[in-house]
Amino acid sequence: MADMDDTFQPRIMGFLCSWCSYSGADTAGVSRMQYPPNIRIIRVMCSGRIEPLHVMKAFEQGADGVLVSGCHPGDCHYATGNYYTQRRFAVMRQLLDFFGIDQRRLKLTWVSASEGARFADIVTAMTEEIRMVGPLNLRANPKGV
Amino acid sequence: MDQRTHDVLIIGGGISGMQAALNLGDKGYKVVVVDKQASIGGTMVKLDKTFPTNDCSICIAAPKMVELARHPNIDLLTYAQVEQVSGTAGNFQISIWRRTNYVDPEKCTGCGDCANVCPVDVVDTFNAGMAKRKAIYIQFPQAVPSVYTIDFKHCTGCGSCDRACMAKAILFLKPSRETRLTVGSIIVATGFDVLEPVEMRKEYGYGKYANVITALQYERILSASGPTAGKILRPSDGKQPERIAWIQCVGSRSAQNGNPYCSKICCMYATKEAAITIDSHPDIDAAIFYMDLRAYGKDFQQYYRQAERNGVRYIRGRPSSVYENADRSLTLVYENTLTGEAHEEVFDMVVLSTSVVPSPDSRRLANVLGVAIDEHGFFVQQDMLRDPLKSTRDGVFLAGGAQGPNDIPDSVAQASGAAGRAAAALRDRHGTVERKQAPEKEIDGDAPRTGVFVCSCGKNIGGYVDVADVTEYARGLPNVIFAGEYLFACSEDAQRRIKEAIQVYDLNRVVVAACSPITHGGVFQQTCEEAGINQNLFDMANIRNQCSWVHSHDRNRATTKSRDLVRMSVAKSAHLRPLSNREIGVTRACLIIGGGIAGIKAALTTAEMGIDTYLVEREAVLGGKLRDLYTLYPADIPAGEALGPLVSAVERHERIRVFVNSEVRTVDGYIGNFQVEVQSRASGLTERLDIGAIIVATGFQEVDFGGRYGYGEHPNIISQLELEQRLRAGTLGNPRTAVILNCAGSMDASNPSCCRIGCGVSVKNMRRIHEVAPNARMFLLYQDLRMFGKQQEEYFAETVRQVQPYLIRYVADRPPSVRVRGDRIFVTVFDVLLRDYVEVEADLVVLTTAMRGDARTPQLKQMLKVAANSEDFYNEAHAKIRPLDFATDGVYLCGSAHYPKSVPDTIAQAEGAASRAAIPLLRGKVSTEPIIAEIDATHCAGCGICVTLCPYGAISINAERSAAVITDVMCKGCGTCVAACPSGAAQQRNFTDQQLFAMIETAWD
Repeated sequence: MADMDDTFQPRIMGFLCSWCSYSGADTAGVSRMQYPPNIRIIRVMCSGRIEPLHVMKAFEQGADGVLVSGCHPGDCHYATGNYYTQRRFAVMRQLLDFFGIDQRRLKLTWVSASEGARFADIVTAMTEEIRMVGPLNLRANPKGV
Repeated sequence: MDQRTHDVLIIGGGISGMQAALNLGDKGYKVVVVDKQASIGGTMVKLDKTFPTNDCSICIAAPKMVELARHPNIDLLTYAQVEQVSGTAGNFQISIWRRTNYVDPEKCTGCGDCANVCPVDVVDTFNAGMAKRKAIYIQFPQAVPSVYTIDFKHCTGCGSCDRACMAKAILFLKPSRETRLTVGSIIVATGFDVLEPVEMRKEYGYGKYANVITALQYERILSASGPTAGKILRPSDGKQPERIAWIQCVGSRSAQNGNPYCSKICCMYATKEAAITIDSHPDIDAAIFYMDLRAYGKDFQQYYRQAERNGVRYIRGRPSSVYENADRSLTLVYENTLTGEAHEEVFDMVVLSTSVVPSPDSRRLANVLGVAIDEHGFFVQQDMLRDPLKSTRDGVFLAGGAQGPNDIPDSVAQASGAAGRAAAALRDRHGTVERKQAPEKEIDGDAPRTGVFVCSCGKNIGGYVDVADVTEYARGLPNVIFAGEYLFACSEDAQRRIKEAIQVYDLNRVVVAACSPITHGGVFQQTCEEAGINQNLFDMANIRNQCSWVHSHDRNRATTKSRDLVRMSVAKSAHLRPLSNREIGVTRACLIIGGGIAGIKAALTTAEMGIDTYLVEREAVLGGKLRDLYTLYPADIPAGEALGPLVSAVERHERIRVFVNSEVRTVDGYIGNFQVEVQSRASGLTERLDIGAIIVATGFQEVDFGGRYGYGEHPNIISQLELEQRLRAGTLGNPRTAVILNCAGSMDASNPSCCRIGCGVSVKNMRRIHEVAPNARMFLLYQDLRMFGKQQEEYFAETVRQVQPYLIRYVADRPPSVRVRGDRIFVTVFDVLLRDYVEVEADLVVLTTAMRGDARTPQLKQMLKVAANSEDFYNEAHAKIRPLDFATDGVYLCGSAHYPKSVPDTIAQAEGAASRAAIPLLRGKVSTEPIIAEIDATHCAGCGICVTLCPYGAISINAERSAAVITDVMCKGCGTCVAACPSGAAQQRNFTDQQLFAMIETAWD
C-alpha cells in the first residue's frame, strides 16, 4: 500500500451521543455503509456533556478534525441537551480563531438513530474536507498553525 | 386454583402490547407476551416518522423492544399464537402454539451469514411487498429477538444456511410445539391491519398501475432502512417523482365502498408523509385529496397548517377515477368541492390512505377468547363509555388498534390503563423486579487487572479485521492481564468462558471488543455481575459496527482502527469505578388533583391496586364537568347515570380519602417522597400529607370570549356547556331555528388549535335539541367535521338522517357573524360549498367555544415543577410514547388537563395514569441511575449555572454551604451540568473528564 503513504490521512475525533448519533453510526454498520476509517468515536450519553476542553484536548493529542454529533433539535433524549451543545459550539468556533485553528476542523451535526447513510456521508465529507485543510500537527507544534 | 405461571398474558407485541407488558413487569407482575410475528414491534416499527413531532419511529420504539426483551419479569413467545383459553378471571388456562423457526435462539447471534447464502428470494411483507428477503430472514435490523427464522413455506431445504452458520444454530429438526400457561388476566393488543385496496375502490388502479401504492408502502419508501434506502423513487422506473397525490378515505367513510367508519389516523399520516417529502425535496409537488381534514389532537391542527404553509396542497374532493398514461404517470379526475370545478390533473405517483381494518386473525382470536367483536371485526367493550378498556369477558382487557383505529399516544394510554386494570384484578403479585446477583468483589484501591475479550462474530469481524492481531496487541497494553479470542463472544458458551477467565486471572476490569454496547452491552454486564464484578467496571470497543462492517475493503486500516478502539477502551477502563443504583423508599400513597371523571377513575384504579389514595377537589362536590353535562356521546347515556355510581364508589372505598372544597397549597420533595399541603377553602385549615406519586386531573374550561359572536348580548346566545345545563334543567324552551357554530374562537389566527371534542359535542347536541324541538330547523356551521373516534362517523351519519340539519362549511378567513337586533338574532355565514352568503334568523345560537386548561394551572405547574403550554394545557413528557408522564418523575397526567377529550378517552388516560403512578408505588422503592452527575462541594462556588441548565430540576443550591447539591434520584445522567460547570466541581460517573481524557490521549499511537 505504498501509494497510501503519499496521501494525508486526517485524524478525526468523534464525540457522539449514545441515543441518536452513536446509534446512527451503529445503523451505518448494520447497513454495511462504507466510509473512511479516519474517525475514532467516543460515546457520551448526551452531546451536552461535551466541553470545549475535550475538543481542545483532542486537537492537542493529534486530531486534525473534531466531530460533535447529537440528536436532531427537538429529539434530545434529555429534552434540551443538544440546544446547549449548539450554543456552546457557536462560541467554541470563535475561540478556534483565537487559537489559530481553522474553523472547518470542528463540526457539529445532528444524526438520528436511523440515519446510517447520513452518518457515513458526514464522515466521508469531513474526512475529505480535513484532507484539503491539511494536518494540524498541534502535538508536534503546540503553538498552532 | 392452578398455580399461575404468569400473572398476565398479553397478546400482541406492538407498541400497545409492549407498553402494557413493561407497565406490568415494572410493577413486579410476571408477564408473558405472545406475538405471531418473528419479532415484536408491530406496525410502529414500519413507520418512518411519527406525527406531530416527526420523531423517528424506530428510534423511539427500539429502546422499548430491547427493554422488554431484557426484562426479568417478561417472557417473550414470538412466532406463536393463542389456541385455547379456558377458566375464568384470575385463573385462565392458556394453550399456545409456537411455530418452529428451525433456528436455535440460544446459539443464533443474528450475524446474517445464513441469509447471505440463502438462494431463495421471497416477497418481503415487512417492506409492504416492495423488496425481497430470503427464506431465512430477520424482519428488520433492530428485530427483537435478534434471531433468524426459516420460512418453511419457501425454504427449499438446500442446507446452505446450515453450512454457513458458524454458530451451528440451524435446527432443521426443531419441532413446533404447544406451551401451556396459567394466567390471571389477559390483555388483547393485536393491533390493526391496513386494507389492500384491490377489491374496493378499484377505480384508483391499485394492483393494476405500478405507481399507485398504499400509504404504508410510502412509509417504507421514506424509511432509511426501507427498499429505496429512504430515497423517494416511484416503483415503475425508480425515478424521483415530480408530483405525488395522496387520496384520503380509501375504504373509509363509505359503507358502499368499504367501511362506514373513519380510520382516524390517515389525515395526519398523509400530512406527515407529504410534509416530510417536500421538506427534503422542495421541488416535489405534494397534493392531498380529502373530505374533512381531521387534525383532531393536541398540536395536530398547527402541524397541518404548517404543512400547508410549507407547500402541501390540500384539495377538498374525492377523485372519481385514476387512469394511467403511456409514460406510467397517472391522471386524476376530480371535482374540487370548494370551487365546484372539475379538473384532470397528472401525477407521477398516487398514495392511497387506505382504511384501517382489524387484524385478519381477530375473528379466530375472539372465538378462542370468548369475547365479542363488532361487525367489522374490532374487539368491543362491554360498556364503551364507562369502561372503555374492558372486553365483554371478565379478566380480558383491550388496548390499541385491536378495538378500533387509534393513534400511538391513544394506544399507549389505553395499554397503560389496561395494565392497571389487569393488575387491579390480581393483588397477589409474583414478586419484584430484581435479578439475582452474585456477591460483588471489592476492588477499592486494587490496581486494574483488565481482561480483553475479542470477538470474531463469525466472519462479521474476523472476515475484515485480523482478530488474532488485535488480541495479541491487546495483551501488550497497560494493565491487561488476559486477552482472548472468541468466535461469538455473546454466545452462552463464551459467557461461561469469560466468567472462568475472570476467576482464574482475578480480573477486575472487563473490555469486550465486539459490537455495539447499545445492543449487547447488557449481556456482558450481566455476565460481569454473575462473576462478581460490578457492571460498571466494563467497557466495549465497537469493532464490528465501527470497523469491520464499514471498512470492509481495507483490512489493514480496519485492523489498525480496531487496535486503536481497544486501546481507548482499556485506557478508559483503568479509571472506571464500581457504581451502584442507590435505592430510596417510597410512601405508598397517591395524590390525585381534580375530582372530575378523570380524577375519579384514576382514584378508583389506584385504590383497587391497594394504594392509599387522596382525591382533592376544589368544588364542594365531586364530578367536575360531568355534573353540568346532559348526555354523553356516542352512546347517548345521561351524564348523571354515568357519574352517580362512580361518585358513590369513590366515597365508599376504604382506600380513598376525598377532600372537597380544598386546594393543594404546597408541594415539596420528589418521586416517592413528596410532602403536600392541602387546604380547605371553607375552614382555611391545612393538612400535611406524605405522598409517593401525584396525578394531575384538573380538566378544562370554556374560554370566555365576551363580545364575540354576540355572546352576552342575548340570553339565547349560549355556549355548549350552557346548552347542556338548559337541556338538563329542561329550560331550553321550543326553539324554531337553532344554529350551532363550531370553532368559535378556535382554528383561526388568534387560536390555531382544534379542540378535539367540539364536533362530537355539537353533533350529539343536534340530536338533543331535535328531541326537545322536533320541528326546529337546525344549522351546523363547521370548518371540518372531525368525527374521528370509534363509532363517531356512524353516529354522525345517523344524526344527519334523523335530524336533517343544514350543514354549512365555512373557512376561518370568513368567520360567521352573529348580530343581535332588538330581541332577534341573525347569523350570516359564507357557505364555501354554495359559494355565497347565507343569512339565518335564529332563536337559539350555540357556540362551540375554544377551551383552555384549568385557571389554576400557572400556580400548580410551578408547585409541581412541570410545564404547560400557552393555553394552560400541561405538557406530557413525550407526545407519542409518554403521553401520561411528566418529564418530572413521580408526577402523571390524564384527561382534559392534557387536552380536551371525550369521556372514553379520558377514562383510558385516567386508568393509564393510575397504572403509571402505581409502578413506583407498588415496587415500594425507586432507584437512582448509576451514571448520574455528582458535585464535589469543596470545588463548587455555588454559582448556580448547573441549576438553570438541568432539565429535571435535580440540582439546588445549599445556601449554608454555598454549593450545588444533586438530588440523585432526579438526575438522569445527561452530563449537561458537568460540561457547563466553570470550576470542574461537577463530574458524570462513567463519563468523567479523567475517563474521557484517557480515551482522547490514547486515540492515536
